[in-house]
Amino acid sequence: MAVNEENKVKGIISAINGPVIKGKNMTSFKMREMVTVGEQRLIGEVIVLEGDIGTIQVYEETEGLKTGEEITPTGRPLSLKLGPGMLKNMFDGIQRPLEKIQELSPIFIPEGIGLLSIDDKKMWTATLSVKPGDLLLAGSCFGTVQETQVIQNRLLVPPNLSGTVVSVMPDGEYTIEDVLVTIRDAKNELHELKMAHEWPVRTPRPNAYRRETLVPLITGQRVIDIFFPIAKGGTAAIPGGFGTGKTMTQHQLAKWSDADIIVYIGCGERGNEMTEVIEDFPKLIDPRSGKSIMERTVLIANTSNMPVAAREASIYTGITIAEYYRDMGYAVAMMADSTSRWAEALREISGRLEEMPAEEGYPAYLPSRIAEFYERAGSIETLGGDDGSITIIGAVSPAGGDFSEPVTENTKRFVNVFLALDKSLAYARHYPAINWLESYSGYLKILSDWYEDNVAADCISLRNKMLELMYEENKLQEMVMLVGEDVLPDDQRWVLEIAKIIKVGYLQQNAYNKDDTYVPLEKQYAMLKAIEYLFERGREGLKLGIPTSQLKNVDIFSQFIKMKYTIPNDDLSGIDKLKDEIDQYYEVLFKKYEN
Amino acid sequence: MKKEYLQIDKVVGPLIQISDVDDVFYGEVVDIVEISTGNIKKGKVIKIEEKNVIIQVFQNTAGLSAGSSIIKFTGESFNLPMSLDLQGRIFNGIGEPIDNGSDIFSLVEANINGRPINPMSREYPRNFIQTGISSIDTLATLIRGQKLPIFSGNGLPHNELAAQIVRQARLGDNVNEEFGVVFAAIGVKHDDEKFFRKSFDEANVMDRVVMFVNYADDPIAERITTPRCALTAAEYLAFEKHMHILVVMTDITSYCEALREISSAREEVPSRKGYPGYMYSDLASLYERAGMLKDQVGSITFLPILTMPNDDITHPIPDLTGYITEGQIVLGRDLFQRSIYPPVAILPSLSRLMKDGIGEGFTRGDHAEVANQLFASYSKVQEVRDLSQIIGEEDLSPTDKKYMAFGRAFEAEFLNQGFDEGRNIIESLDLGWQLLSLLPLTELDRLSPENIDKYFPKKA
Ligand SMILES: Nc1ncnc2c1ncn2[C@@H]1O[C@H](COP(=O)(O)OP(=O)(O)O)[C@@H](O)[C@H]1O
Ligand SMILES: [Mg+2]
Repeated sequence: MAVNEENKVKGIISAINGPVIKGKNMTSFKMREMVTVGEQRLIGEVIVLEGDIGTIQVYEETEGLKTGEEITPTGRPLSLKLGPGMLKNMFDGIQRPLEKIQELSPIFIPEGIGLLSIDDKKMWTATLSVKPGDLLLAGSCFGTVQETQVIQNRLLVPPNLSGTVVSVMPDGEYTIEDVLVTIRDAKNELHELKMAHEWPVRTPRPNAYRRETLVPLITGQRVIDIFFPIAKGGTAAIPGGFGTGKTMTQHQLAKWSDADIIVYIGCGERGNEMTEVIEDFPKLIDPRSGKSIMERTVLIANTSNMPVAAREASIYTGITIAEYYRDMGYAVAMMADSTSRWAEALREISGRLEEMPAEEGYPAYLPSRIAEFYERAGSIETLGGDDGSITIIGAVSPAGGDFSEPVTENTKRFVNVFLALDKSLAYARHYPAINWLESYSGYLKILSDWYEDNVAADCISLRNKMLELMYEENKLQEMVMLVGEDVLPDDQRWVLEIAKIIKVGYLQQNAYNKDDTYVPLEKQYAMLKAIEYLFERGREGLKLGIPTSQLKNVDIFSQFIKMKYTIPNDDLSGIDKLKDEIDQYYEVLFKKYEN
Repeated sequence: MKKEYLQIDKVVGPLIQISDVDDVFYGEVVDIVEISTGNIKKGKVIKIEEKNVIIQVFQNTAGLSAGSSIIKFTGESFNLPMSLDLQGRIFNGIGEPIDNGSDIFSLVEANINGRPINPMSREYPRNFIQTGISSIDTLATLIRGQKLPIFSGNGLPHNELAAQIVRQARLGDNVNEEFGVVFAAIGVKHDDEKFFRKSFDEANVMDRVVMFVNYADDPIAERITTPRCALTAAEYLAFEKHMHILVVMTDITSYCEALREISSAREEVPSRKGYPGYMYSDLASLYERAGMLKDQVGSITFLPILTMPNDDITHPIPDLTGYITEGQIVLGRDLFQRSIYPPVAILPSLSRLMKDGIGEGFTRGDHAEVANQLFASYSKVQEVRDLSQIIGEEDLSPTDKKYMAFGRAFEAEFLNQGFDEGRNIIESLDLGWQLLSLLPLTELDRLSPENIDKYFPKKA
């Protein structure tokens, strides 16, 4: 490759404006080609070509660059190396391992460190499952590597290759660059298959076909699983002003959702938040595998102080990695915190290109970029014939917390679940501050069969009933704010009392409590069912003319508020006991009034 | 040999354009020597287009014209000499001494732009800093290595609050861990700078303070470098000399206005309210320099102060700040008008890092619950107050009347404290329990029975 590079025609830097530079003599360059820039060999990508002038976005700090320095083509688009060694690791926006960078420079991230990628020295134990003469199609599996304790990496023929096996290496220890299998394609050409292959980040990886998503992503978060479920292979957005809980919610989903693989992108957010993940995740045990949740996690970090062009790329790096694991037949969930920073990176680059801005300075192609991104989610059949899915959950950080800005509005058009975070709930420390009136899930209908078969026949109708009660509460609260609570009739006051239990005892879920941080669906349902029970028994009492003040037994109410902490996740007998207590209390009370 | 140039094509605000230039690099520092006086102004290359170069000048560009000055390219980035001798000294916004002391000489030089800290190298901050201020310690706890801004408004006592924190906060745990203060004044009035200088004197820390001062009547382009010089000094002291550094910076609003002015001189496409689209990244390049490193002593705790235009928290300056910093301490005008000091509006205030720095072993086991309950109850107070505006306080239910009483007592006794009064965290938490006991137990749903047993004041 080094020899090749010498022969290639090089460009000459002619202009420098922050992360955007221009070069002359670039006729032989290709659009979207990856290049190295200047003596420091900074990494960049060609984003505009006009005659012999090329414009390049540079993924590293450009201070120190001079006009007249060279631009060297690499002959390929910005690509990732996809192979074992990504799980349990953290990468920058263009897949350079931050641990490796730390070895080169202990504290700060320098520029000019070149193209690093997954570890090519590490030996993996590969088991090869093909023999000479076998026909391998694109996406067929030719072997496996145990990548982490919980994830088996299935070695697949890259999407653009197929052929007949000519030779196979014996099972054993190999690096990602060792040739494991050689195949001959229809044109009689030989191709080498290794553990890793390259894939351009901006090209979606192909699949056999898309299918409907019929299974929810179980997150262990009550307000999501019961009220606004996300389908596996679906899309969700979490918009909210600063401090409303976007990152916490994303972390909770990364920790607890029942996906096989998590790809977490810290896109233009805080360095400490990524450090927190690196420190905390290895200690958390996945309730399903019994192993650390880090075993299934890939982290991408382009923090807010890292170069802005790499922020634009980080989203594509993340989704391409997600597709790689999806193609092995895994259910992948990807969190992007925050997609607004990505959109702002687009805006910044666009501004430096002096493009015509549309709304609020964003480029006119913002909506199509957002759409393309979310369209890479989905439930699919892989080329190899397996089920795979990618669920995308994107945080949105609206300027001023106002949802009518371009990124929120355009995201809303292309996602099916909208979890609206609310400043006033956050101020009152109601967490997660997901506003139940504004949020919605477009998956409720398709998932209702699943809930009826796997949770309870009345699960969805119970959810609808309780949500209606919350809508009613909202109307009543408006009245209360005008006249005070005392004026309301008893049946309406009872609604307010029950709504308070739903808010404090159910919708609020404490991420810092070891039991409440993740709650199995069974308990989620049982808790809500118990609240309904209390509601209905109370309504019987109302018919007897019993005032709310009597129906509200302080002890029972306080047990309801605290049942999330007091009833263990794996023993729900406490809920039946609570129902018994309700019965006992009301029987005595009802007798008094019946007489 | 670097070339020198005589020709200035254009001067727009703080920017000058020159042409026919060779061999300069992006970010290179230039000296602009006025021929008649020999005065030197500093500038920096911020755009290169073929042979045309745009230079941002850090001093006043008034009087600059073709032929009046020689432009010398230095071949250097913007570097500052770093040394322990920085302490006790006062510099202007480009790092030149303004206290009549000698220049700093050192072989160690650092680029004022810094470089991003690798998240792998960071240590997640967890150590509680007691500021002695009840509202902050209990409800928006400051953690060592945190970036926690004060969102204030014109005329509110943010300077007093920052000075009180400098005076009362203990940064290091051991006597042998050194601490220091780096103070950056950006576009501030001379009076404000004096106030801080006096309060450092009174706190007896002046010889541990490094000051970078850009006055309100100083050139605005220098406001861009002031915080960067300060943070570079802070990084040196914290990460090379292993000190615990508190950075106090005021006023970020002046910084952002300078950014806007330069952006408009460059004819860039503006985003909200005329501020440049890259303001988020630009502010992040300052705020993210706070923190701690793995396996080594030393930290940068960062208290930027900003005044919210029209007290509007959704204005781009507080908004973008809040998206980057690890919480915010918001000051409220209505509290201030009712003579409550410090007027901390607790509901919009937040410390994102407090969760790991409080509780058993750090502060006290009940801290999280007390904080939660105070937030929840005080937020209910706001609702009850709204209602009482409509129906009158007499017509409130008995419980709501208790909320009114709790609200008043909370503001008068918990929020309100003397400028010289320090309360330790135990006193603050006990005071919290005292006030919560004004409410019926049934309203206190964030408190666990165990903690109620242990801490709820027994009625005599
Ligand atoms: N589910 C939750 N449980 C407990 N605290 C929460 C929860 N969600 C948010 N918080 C609190 O809100 C703060 C801000 O949340 P964060 O996710 O960082 O907000 P954002 O990313 O929207 O700015 C957190 O530091 C935490 O104190
Ligand atoms: Mg966040």
